[in-house]
Amino acid sequence: MSAAPLIETKNVELFYGSSRALKGIDITIKEKLVTAFIGPSGCGKSTFLRCFNRMNDLIDNVRITGQCLIGGEDIYAKDVDVIELRKRVGMVFQRSNPFPKSIYDNIAYGLRLHGTKDKSEIDGIVESSLRGAALWDEVKDRLHSSALGLSGGQQQRLCIARAIAIRPEIILMDEPASALDPIATVKIEELILELKKEFTIVIVTHNMQQATRISDYTAFFYIGELIEYDLTTKIFTNPAKKQTEDYVTGRFG
Amino acid sequence: MTHFESELAALKQKLLLMASHAESAVNNAIKALVDRDDDLARKVAEDDDKIDHLEQEVDAACIALLAKAPLATQLRLITSAMKIARDLERVGDEATTIARRSLDLSQEPQLKPYVDIPRMATMAMAMLNDALGAFVNGDTARARAVIPRDKDVDQLNKQLYRELASFMIEKPTTITRCLNLMTISKALERIADHAKNVAEDVVFLYEARDIRHLGATAA
Repeated sequence: MSAAPLIETKNVELFYGSSRALKGIDITIKEKLVTAFIGPSGCGKSTFLRCFNRMNDLIDNVRITGQCLIGGEDIYAKDVDVIELRKRVGMVFQRSNPFPKSIYDNIAYGLRLHGTKDKSEIDGIVESSLRGAALWDEVKDRLHSSALGLSGGQQQRLCIARAIAIRPEIILMDEPASALDPIATVKIEELILELKKEFTIVIVTHNMQQATRISDYTAFFYIGELIEYDLTTKIFTNPAKKQTEDYVTGRFG
Repeated sequence: MTHFESELAALKQKLLLMASHAESAVNNAIKALVDRDDDLARKVAEDDDKIDHLEQEVDAACIALLAKAPLATQLRLITSAMKIARDLERVGDEATTIARRSLDLSQEPQLKPYVDIPRMATMAMAMLNDALGAFVNGDTARARAVIPRDKDVDQLNKQLYRELASFMIEKPTTITRCLNLMTISKALERIADHAKNVAEDVVFLYEARDIRHLGATAA
């Protein structure tokens, strides 16, 4: 797969106080592909994901060293506007977290925040985002009802719609389907495969079959280290490292 | 259609492409024999590489698809595809055998008019065609109907063996030609076996019933 690199990290280390949670991670993530991060709980995969939109800045006592480049720019440079960064790098969490507002306002809120005032423009983006998140047909007749009345799977797709409404380059997903039933999970997976035509997606998942179904590349993390990073097919059919083999075959983790 | 379903559809297409190469290879090999066309025979042998590569591609695709943990019909489709690919690759090999023996045969005068061999080829290819049609359309009745026909081809093969054996006894100068024709006859008999295997895989795919080694009545 010959896509251009979009995210590049060089020797990234992250400390919670004196404890080193990420150990010298170098990775290059290509654009408009899906990259999955896998590994046992506590291996650092979510922590590493959160480096890409500086979500770890919100945690006290965290220190990050090394370089994290997006489109060649160091996102930890002093002059970086974190709000602008998070516009470029959207995020979807494990638990869907719609605002306690209408479906429409969940999407319009971010747009207004970023300066879009024109109602017809907002209407258009609300519709295209909901269509992009494969939710439009289910909610078009109740756009002004509360988002909290949607099912878990619908709420998660609303969060994806909210993320894509501001046209990020990258969407980070932290176990986006782990709280959903199998039907809602299939919908999210199908959606991810559609979204990669326009966005670069990095996803943390505990579900290895999910990684095989949706990702092009997979990175395996273990105790803060990136053990192996390769094409997903390679990782799951012929991993180079014994630790990866042991993890994907269920011998540990 | 989900993304996974479209990948499965692509796998089926690749298998059918492989089948069409294998069918052309056998038809051309028989044509080369009957028409004593050495160029065509050489082409059949050379083209076998394409079928071999397709088998590798099908297997690689199947392994990647199996890693996605498919279940039920999807699981059976992938495991059946691997087996069908192997049978089709063997059909290609048999076509190459026929083509090579045709090249030997064309060096000497024709022993006798070819009647039974083209007939066997027609029967074996009809079996393969029906098995593949059943695969495409999910038609297990059509697949089951293929299985007993293998015996007819076996019968014709035995008959041809007896006939060629008597030629050899009567006239030892015909031995080389007879042995080549016996090999061709055996190749066609094997193609029918492969068609039968494909038919059995089709029944397994669509009915989840393993009908191998049961005999025609139990199937």
